[in-house]
Amino acid sequence: MIVVKGGRVVDATGERAADVLIDDDGRIAAVGPDLSSARVIDAGRCVVAPGLVDLHTHLREPGREESETVETGSRAAALGGFTAVVAMPNTEPAIDSAAVVRDVLELGRKALCDVHASGAITVERAGDQLAPMAEMAALGVRLFTDDGNGVQDNRLMRRALEYASGLGVTLAQHCEDESLSAGGHMHEGEWSSRLGIPGIPSEAEELMVMRDIALARLTGARIHFQHLSTDGAIAMVRAAKAGGLAVTAEATTHHFTLTDECCASYDPVFKVNPPLRTAADVAAVKVGLSDGALDAIATDHAPHAQELKEQTFDEAPPGMLGLETALALAITELDLDLAAILALLSWRPAVIAGLSELHGGPIEEGRPASLCVIDPTATWTVDAAMLASRSRNTPYAGRTLTGRVRHTFLWGEPVVLDGEAQR
Amino acid sequence: MKHLLSVEDLGGSDGINEVLDLTDSFVEVSERQIPKVPALRGKTVVWLFYEDSTRTRLSFEQAAKRLSADTMNFSVSTSSVKKGESLRDTVLTIEAMGVDCIVVRHASAGAPWRIASWVDASVINAGDGWHEHPTQALLDSYTIRQHLGSVDGTRIAIVGDIKHSRVARSDVLAFTALGADVTLVAPPTLLPASLDGWPVSVSYDLDAVLPKCDVVYLLRMQRERMTEALIPSLREYTASYGLTRRRVDLLDERTLVMHPGPMNRGVEIAAEVADLPRSVVVDQVRNGVAVRMAVLYLLVGSGVDLRRVTGA
Repeated sequence: MIVVKGGRVVDATGERAADVLIDDDGRIAAVGPDLSSARVIDAGRCVVAPGLVDLHTHLREPGREESETVETGSRAAALGGFTAVVAMPNTEPAIDSAAVVRDVLELGRKALCDVHASGAITVERAGDQLAPMAEMAALGVRLFTDDGNGVQDNRLMRRALEYASGLGVTLAQHCEDESLSAGGHMHEGEWSSRLGIPGIPSEAEELMVMRDIALARLTGARIHFQHLSTDGAIAMVRAAKAGGLAVTAEATTHHFTLTDECCASYDPVFKVNPPLRTAADVAAVKVGLSDGALDAIATDHAPHAQELKEQTFDEAPPGMLGLETALALAITELDLDLAAILALLSWRPAVIAGLSELHGGPIEEGRPASLCVIDPTATWTVDAAMLASRSRNTPYAGRTLTGRVRHTFLWGEPVVLDGEAQR
Repeated sequence: MKHLLSVEDLGGSDGINEVLDLTDSFVEVSERQIPKVPALRGKTVVWLFYEDSTRTRLSFEQAAKRLSADTMNFSVSTSSVKKGESLRDTVLTIEAMGVDCIVVRHASAGAPWRIASWVDASVINAGDGWHEHPTQALLDSYTIRQHLGSVDGTRIAIVGDIKHSRVARSDVLAFTALGADVTLVAPPTLLPASLDGWPVSVSYDLDAVLPKCDVVYLLRMQRERMTEALIPSLREYTASYGLTRRRVDLLDERTLVMHPGPMNRGVEIAAEVADLPRSVVVDQVRNGVAVRMAVLYLLVGSGVDLRRVTGA
């Protein structure tokens, strides 16, 4: 038995000062004052919260193990306070069949967080033919996406939504109209024009959001919008929710902290898809996170080996690290109290991922003891060399942030103690 | 100044004028019977051209040789790049051989910035994607100054494919820094997505602009723009934006016609217009060598007394 002592418990039901007793089966045995046990883990001046849940993680395994593995990615997740991640299916091979789902889940058994695979909507994420969603759903897959690409064909997307609704699973869309975005490497606007880098207009994202809202209305199916980055896209989702449609949406940490002006350095560490947008879009993401238009903060953690980012801006692949900095960026940059931030990083994404029985739930007797203990006032400086990810492509190197994960418990196991991964 | 990556590295009109003044000395050197000075003796300049270029490379080569530099050529088509070597490894390898200056052309915007972040040698941007071509802007400014006395106060129309043109981006920076009044003339499809922060005006009506300019600067129109649905046909482009024989009559007698080359005669410029006395394309090429001598001297020849080497 372990007792997490002296902290302030924060979950969807509210806040209270309480100790948390964890039993040997990895569940919460008691929550209350003055609990004791042979093993005491200090949470003084800290917040004890349900573990964070990332809807959008690229673990790169199988296929790109030089950039990340399930083991290294899950260690980064645990250090970031995450106890569950949804692994994106754009691996090599893609997660588009029961066989690959099994592989990823098997790798995840030894990980430092729960690894939930998402499945591809179409075979090989090629956008031509529906992937066998039922056989993947039977293994527990709850979120399907062709992430990295959006489903371009209107009719195929309609069928996918209809089929998914019969399985009780959710489709998640990477919104990008490729006929408008083709050839682009950064947000199209003042900076791309000045820098001579081919641009991706906001409308490439917005057109697909618009189409998918129409298809959600047509089919009645649930849809989740991934990494929304534009003012217009967020406004459309807000309106769709007001109209009663079953849509949810996430935004990444980089889309509320960085703008397209960062690309003026030509350093591909700032290249990401969807691209960094304007200051007005950053403001819109912040508003969306505070007024409910956006349901969750996701990381879109996208590791790339050093040699891939040591190219020119247009040759380098898009993507940046996110797991180890997400919580601190939210605390540092958002004008929200910690409970609101935790809602965006823990219990709301847990519901979207279909994981609310296991993660993000209230801290009470009988629930799984997957928790994070946060020191909300600690400051630290991001050092790329110290990250647990196998890759180094963080755009925040040198930045000082407020809020640090002190401990992380996964099913009762202290996988992170005092900021150190335990395995 | 360590590198010349952007016209902005020159620090406005004073810095640009310093290069143009220095160019006068090198024009004089170029006119000598033996047009060679020992300013860069013992220095090595390497050409790192990731994109085909004949005229710019030859112009730099001539400039370096007239300054007595040693030169090396890194040809991408026959090199380790074909074997998958990264840009960073390539430039570190070249630098390890002992070079003082790397002149780079690359199809990717910003490539010279990446290179400059990895090496100690000076880097000159000889064209990066759609972005910049600063020595072209300097030779264009010099040519205008030579013919019109000054760039300040001149009215310059830049006509054609601005969107994809590194020449246009650098020229706009240089011409406006020097006090010119610049108008971009192009169909909206060939303009950048945003002109916020560009101190220029825009027109879609070449006939209206021509009588009111001192310089018409024509950009090369590439055939592939048709397949990208940017223009319906070259014929329609020429009808709307080409400097035809008829349009020359709209120009003031003193107005210069410029082009960065290579020209598409019959597309952006009519063949007989290219050969008119007011067309200073050949002067641009000639001045290019002297301007590049000035740039190489400024970046690599520091410590060498110019009066001693030029005898001026």
